Amino acid sequence: MLIPLSHYLFVAGLLLVIGVFGIFMNRKNIIIIMMSIELILLAANINFIAFSGALHDMVGQVFTMFVLTVAAAESAIGLAILVIYFRNRGSIEVEDVTLMKG
Amino acid sequence: MIQNLLFDLFSFILLGSAAMVVTSRNPVHAVLFLILAFINAAALFLLAGAEFLAMVLVIVYVGAVAVLFLFVVMMLDVNFAVLREGFQRYAPIGALVALILFVELALFVTGSTVAPGAAAARLFPTPDNITNSQALGSLIYTNYLPLFQLSGVILLVAMIGAIVLTHRDRKRAKRQNLDVQHARLPAETLTMVSAKLGAGAAMPQPKKETL
Repeated sequence: MLIPLSHYLFVAGLLLVIGVFGIFMNRKNIIIIMMSIELILLAANINFIAFSGALHDMVGQVFTMFVLTVAAAESAIGLAILVIYFRNRGSIEVEDVTLMKG
Repeated sequence: MIQNLLFDLFSFILLGSAAMVVTSRNPVHAVLFLILAFINAAALFLLAGAEFLAMVLVIVYVGAVAVLFLFVVMMLDVNFAVLREGFQRYAPIGALVALILFVELALFVTGSTVAPGAAAARLFPTPDNITNSQALGSLIYTNYLPLFQLSGVILLVAMIGAIVLTHRDRKRAKRQNLDVQHARLPAETLTMVSAKLGAGAAMPQPKKETL
């Protein structure tokens, strides 16, 4: 690999930090929070791919595929829950989700 | 070096569009910037030599997940301006946590090197004479088959779960009910009427609509 490993790690670290920052900033909007989670998982995938390329080991790419699978399943289920929650309550504010508080 | 220039370009667009995802006012714009971020991440994958996963990222994320987000954002009639309240209030603490996290990560990245024995610890070294897709496919279908099948099961469970969660049973929909059909007796449906010659017969009304 021609690009040094540390460049990839810096980009992935910045992407993860942006995702965490997005969760903090959009405390009420669950859709943006889920997009931030996707960004965080993408940062993890970039790290896997970068190490796989730098060390010439294929296992990182296999693991990236499993992460992609789980991320896709997670966002599908999360959006389904979001849709039925909106249908029942008419709101998607995170702070309104207090039904299980008792 | 052209690779370094491309890496800088793609990572710059990736980080810029990721920042736009978390700060944009309109969630539709956020989803579109998410798509841009995924495409640039796929380009970074290509530069790192993972061609197959770059294409999978474009197909799965841009083609499925981002479009799913777009559907949900457009389907929900939500006042997104209300959801942005507190954006400024949480900015300092969010920036502080992000800064601390990034400083820690940067210290970790700059302070560590690849161990000299790392090459010997590789599980499956990348073969040189075949393409990335071939290498990944042979590895998955040889050594990681149970996990690969399990990831398919995860996707199946997610699909069934999403359908079960969002499926709405319509009351007015007409359905075939085989049990009721099989349990019908001739007496419930047939009525023998002897029609008089030249007079015809009045149509008897059925007692109950069972189907």
